[in-house]
Amino acid sequence: MLTDILTILFVGGLLCWLIPGWSRWIATLAVGLDLVLAISRWWPSAHTAMTGKWIVEEQYAWMPSMGASIHLAVDGFSLLMIVLTLLIGLLGVWISWHDQAIAEKRGFFHFHLLWLIGGITGVFMAMDLLLFYFFWELMLIPMFFLISIWGGEQRKKASIKFFLFTQLSGLFMLIAILALYILHGQQTGQYSFDYAVLLGTSLSPSLAGWLLAGFLLAFLVKLPAFPFHSWLPDAYTQSPIAGAALLAGLMSKTAAYGMLRFALPLFPQAVHAFAPWMIALGVIGILYGAKLAYAQTDLKRLIAFSSFSHMGFIVLGIFSLQELAYDGVILEMVAHAISISGLFFLVGMLRQRIQQTNLDAMGGFWEYMPRMGGIAMVFVLASLGLPGLGNFIAEFLILAGAYQAHVGWTVLASLGLIAGMIYSLVILQKVFHGKTRQALPGADIKPLEFLVMACLVVVIFWLGFFPQRVVQAVDPVVKQLKQISLQELPAQQAHQVFAQSSISTNI
Amino acid sequence: MDVMHFLWLVPAFPLAGFLLLALLGLRLPARAIAWIGTVSIGLAALVTLWIGLDFLQQPPAAGHYRQVLWTWFNINGFAPAIALYLDPLSLVYIFVITFVSFFIHLYSTAFMRGDEGYPRFFAYMNLFVFSMVTLVLADNLLLLYLGWEGVGLCSFLLIGFWYRDEANGYAARKAFIVTRIGDTAFIIGLFLLVKQFHTLDIQDILSQAPQVWAIGAAGAFWVSLLLLGGAVGKSAQLPLQTWLPDAMAGPTPVSALIHAATMVTAGVYLIARMHVLYSLSPTMQLVVAIIGVLTLLIAGFSALAQRDLKRILAYSTISQIGYMFLALGVGAWTAAVFHFMIHAFFKALLFLGAGAVIMAMEEEHDIFKMGGLRKKMPITFWTFLAGSAALAAVPIITAGFYSKDLILFDALASTQGSTWLWLGGFIGAFITVLYTFRMVFVTFYGEQKKVIAHDPERETAMMIPLMVLGVLSIIGGWIELPHAWAHFTPFSHFLESCLPATQLKAGVESWELWLQLLTAIMVIVGIYWSWLAYVKRPALAYQLKQTAWGRALYPFFYKGWMFDQLYDTLLVKPVVWLSRIDRHDFIDYIYEGFGQLNIGINKVFSRTQNGYLRWYLLCVVGGVLIIFSLILFV
Repeated sequence: MLTDILTILFVGGLLCWLIPGWSRWIATLAVGLDLVLAISRWWPSAHTAMTGKWIVEEQYAWMPSMGASIHLAVDGFSLLMIVLTLLIGLLGVWISWHDQAIAEKRGFFHFHLLWLIGGITGVFMAMDLLLFYFFWELMLIPMFFLISIWGGEQRKKASIKFFLFTQLSGLFMLIAILALYILHGQQTGQYSFDYAVLLGTSLSPSLAGWLLAGFLLAFLVKLPAFPFHSWLPDAYTQSPIAGAALLAGLMSKTAAYGMLRFALPLFPQAVHAFAPWMIALGVIGILYGAKLAYAQTDLKRLIAFSSFSHMGFIVLGIFSLQELAYDGVILEMVAHAISISGLFFLVGMLRQRIQQTNLDAMGGFWEYMPRMGGIAMVFVLASLGLPGLGNFIAEFLILAGAYQAHVGWTVLASLGLIAGMIYSLVILQKVFHGKTRQALPGADIKPLEFLVMACLVVVIFWLGFFPQRVVQAVDPVVKQLKQISLQELPAQQAHQVFAQSSISTNI
Repeated sequence: MDVMHFLWLVPAFPLAGFLLLALLGLRLPARAIAWIGTVSIGLAALVTLWIGLDFLQQPPAAGHYRQVLWTWFNINGFAPAIALYLDPLSLVYIFVITFVSFFIHLYSTAFMRGDEGYPRFFAYMNLFVFSMVTLVLADNLLLLYLGWEGVGLCSFLLIGFWYRDEANGYAARKAFIVTRIGDTAFIIGLFLLVKQFHTLDIQDILSQAPQVWAIGAAGAFWVSLLLLGGAVGKSAQLPLQTWLPDAMAGPTPVSALIHAATMVTAGVYLIARMHVLYSLSPTMQLVVAIIGVLTLLIAGFSALAQRDLKRILAYSTISQIGYMFLALGVGAWTAAVFHFMIHAFFKALLFLGAGAVIMAMEEEHDIFKMGGLRKKMPITFWTFLAGSAALAAVPIITAGFYSKDLILFDALASTQGSTWLWLGGFIGAFITVLYTFRMVFVTFYGEQKKVIAHDPERETAMMIPLMVLGVLSIIGGWIELPHAWAHFTPFSHFLESCLPATQLKAGVESWELWLQLLTAIMVIVGIYWSWLAYVKRPALAYQLKQTAWGRALYPFFYKGWMFDQLYDTLLVKPVVWLSRIDRHDFIDYIYEGFGQLNIGINKVFSRTQNGYLRWYLLCVVGGVLIIFSLILFV
C-alpha cells in the first residue's frame, strides 16, 4: 500500500508531463486516490489503540551488500503527516486550477508538484536512513524547479539560495548518517542503514553530540529555525502558491518529523545536552520572527516570517522534552500546515485579483469580498492562536509542557502570543479594513476557491474542538519520546528503556 | 425529565444563530436577520429562566450541576472537557447575560436598521453571547479561556464594526492587544496550575489548593497575581484600563452589551470563581482592593471632565467595576456579584438611552451641544433618569443604592476592610453623583441646541428595552436589603453555597445605619451641586474651570490621567521603533555577505587566469621564493 501511494504519485507526475492538456485532472485523480487510501488506514488509529508498532510496513531489497533496503513503514504519526501532505497537495492543485502564472507548461508544473508531494510522502515513510536521505534530497529538486520556473520576479536568486541552504545542510546529515552506519558496523559487525537496527548504537557523548549536530543542522535549516532562516522569505515569497503552501506547510514539517523520529531516538543523551541551546534558539525565533513579520510591507513576506515565528514553538516544544509539549508539537505541525496554507492560498487569490501582494495597495476589500474576508479572518485568528482553532491547542500544550521544565523561557515565549496578535491583525486590518483603495466588483471568492478554503476551515475547527483524535493516533509515538525525557540515565540504560518500549508496543 | 439536561441549549442557541447568520446572512432579508439574531438570544434566555426556576425549586443535591459534552483531549490524565458547570454564581451570570442581551438585541433591530453590515452585526453579537455564556458556564479554565478570548474577539470585531474609518480600526486593535497582554498573564497562570495540579478543572483546583498551599504560600501568590493580570485586562482596571474609552468607537448597543453590562465584568467573575486562591493569598487580595479603589477614583475624576456622552459612561463603567474589585478585595464576594447584576441593568439602560439621544442628535456625542431634551424625549429622559439615579445610588428608591451601599459598608466593616478603602469608595461615590447629574442636567435640561432629526421614541423596539431596564434599575435591589433594616437577603443566601459569606469585624452592625445616612446626605449634596453648577448658574462651572487648579487638572482628567501618553512613550514607540530598524533582517546580511565574499574571491582568482605567460611565470617564481624563504628563515 505504501509503495502504491508513491507509485501513483510518481507515475501520475509523468503522465501529467506527457498529457499536459489533462494534467489538472490527472493530478487531482492521483493525489485524491492516494488521499483516500491514506485516510482509510489512518482513521482507525485515531479511534482505537494500535496493536503493533506499525500500521503498515513494507520492505524490499535495495542494496543488500550495503545493508540498505527499501524499508517503508508508517504509524499513526507518519500516516497523519502523509494525509496532511496529500490534502494540502490536492488543495494546491485545485487552488492553482485557473492560475495564469502557471498556464504555461502546465503539465510540467504538475509533474514537479506531484514529484514534490511524492518526495515529502517518502520522507514520512522511510525507515531506512539512506532511503530517508534519498527522499530528503528528492523533495528538493522539484521544489527548486517550481521556484525557478514558475516563481516571482526574483525567482532565480531565491531558488539558488534555497538550494544552497538545504543542499549544504543536507550534506551534514549524510555525513552523520554514514558515520553512524560505520560506527555501528564496527561495533557489531552488522552494517545496516535500518532505523530499527541503528537505534541501539552506543556512542561516546562527544561523538553522539557531533552526529546529532549533523542531523540537527539539516533539520534546523529546513524548518527553519533561527539563525538559519535567511533563505525563507525569498523562497516563500517567490514560489508559486501551491509550492509555497507545500514548502511552508509540509516541507518545514519534514524537519520537525525528522527530529522527533530520528534525531531524538537515535541520540537521546546528546539531546539532553543540546536542549537548553535549542530552546534558546526556539524562543529567539518566536520573538524575532514576529518582529520581522510586523515590519514587512509585503503580505507574502509577512506571512513567510509569521511561519518562521511559529516554527520557534516547534523547536521549543521538541526540546523541552515533555509529554504535553510533544503532543503540542505534533498538533502544531498539523494545525500550522493548515493555517499557513490557508494564508498562502489567500495571498494567491488576492494576487490573481490585483496582480500584486504589496500591503499598501490593499485596503477596504471587505466591501467587495465579504466572504473572502470572513474566511481570511479564520486563518488570521488561527495564526494569532484563538481558542477553538487547532493552533491554540497546539501552542497551549507546547507552552504548558515547556513550562514544566523551563519557566523563564516559557514566559518569554508567551510574549510571542502578544506579538503574534500584533502582526496577525495587520493582515486583517490592512487588507480588508480601512478605506477602499480600489473598486473590485465581482471579486469575491469563486466556487472552487470556496471549496478549497472550506476544507481547510473545517479541518482547523475540527482540530480545535476534537484534537483527541490526533492525540490518540500519535499516542504510541509520544509514549516512546517520553522515555527519552527520563533524565539522568547512563547512555546504555536509556537505550534499553527505549528498546523495551518499542517492544512493548509491538506486543 | 430533568430540566438541567437542557443546559447546553443556553450556549447552543446563540451559536446556531451565529452560524446561520455567518453562512447565509448575506442572502437573507433584514427582517429575517433581525428575527434570527433576536430570537436565538430570546430562546437562550427562556431556557435560562426555565433552568433557573427549576434550580430554585429543587436545587441539585450537590449544589451544582455538571454537564459533560465531550472530552477535549486526554494526555496522560490531563483531560480538560467541553463541560458546563451550573451553580448559583454561574446561574446569576447567565441570567443577566441572556436577558440583558435579549433586550439589547431587540433594541438593535431598530437602532441598526439600514446599516449595510446588518447581518454581520447580529452574527457578531450572537457569537459574543455564545462566548460569554461559555466563559461563565465553563467547568475548567481552558474552556473558560476559550470563552474569554471569544468575547475579546467579538469586542474587537464590534469596536471596528464600521471598518472604513481607520480610527475605529485603531481602537479595535488597541482593545484586543491591551487585553491580550492581560490574557497572556492569565495563560501563564494556567501553565502554573497545570504544573502544580495536573488539571484545569476549577472545582478540583479549588478543593486541592488549600491542601497544597498554606495561607500566604508563594504558589498561591503567583497564580492569583497572574489571573489578576487577565482580570484587569478584561475588566479595564488599572493599569490596563486605557482601551475601554476608545472602545466607544463601536455601535452604541455594543457599548451597552459588551463594554458595560457583560464582557467587562468577566474579570470580576474570574476572581469570584477562583476566590479560594485569593483567600490563600491575602497580599494579592489586598492588591485587588487597592486596584479597585485607585481605578474607581481615577476613572471617576476622568468622567467628570468628559464631553462625549459615551466616554462619560465608559469612564463610569471603569469606575463602577472598580467598586466590584474593591468588594472582591475585602472578601465581600456576594456584594461584588450583586453590584455586577445591578450595574448591568442600569449601565445597559444608560447606554441604550445614550444611543437614543445620539440617534436623535444625528451622531452628535458632545453633551454640551445637546440640551433641553427632557420634554422632547420623555421616555428616554425618565428611563435615563432612573438609570442615572441608580448609578448615583440615590437612597432607598434605586437599586444602585442597595448594591453600592453594601460594598461601602463591607469596605469598612469586613475583617479585610479599612477606613482608607472605605474613604476612597466614599469619595468615589460623591464623584459619581457629580458626573452623573452633570451628564443628566447638561443633556436634558437647559436650552435645546439642536432639533431632533429622527425621533427614536417612535421605535417601539427601542423603547421597550429602556422601560424594562428602567424598572429593573429601580426594583432590582429589593432582593437584598441591608441588615440594618431587615433580614431579607435572598440574593446572598442563594450564592452562599458557592461563595463564602463576608467576615465582618465584631460589633460593626450598628455602623451601617449611620453610614447609610452619611451616604444619603452626600448624594443629595452632590445632586444639588450639580444642579447649581449646570442648571441654576452655568457660569459657576465655567468659573471653576478657569481657576489655576481647574486649568491644570481639567485637561489632565480629560485625557484620562495621561495613561495613553505614558504607554505611548514607554511601550508603543519603542516597539514600533524596534520593528522599523532592521526591517530586512540583519542575519540575512551575514549570509549575503558571505555570498558576496565568495563572488569577490572568485573575481580575484579569475583575474589571475589572464592568459599571460609572463604573469604565470612571475607567480611561480614568487611562490618558489616565498616557500624557500619560509623553509630557510622561519
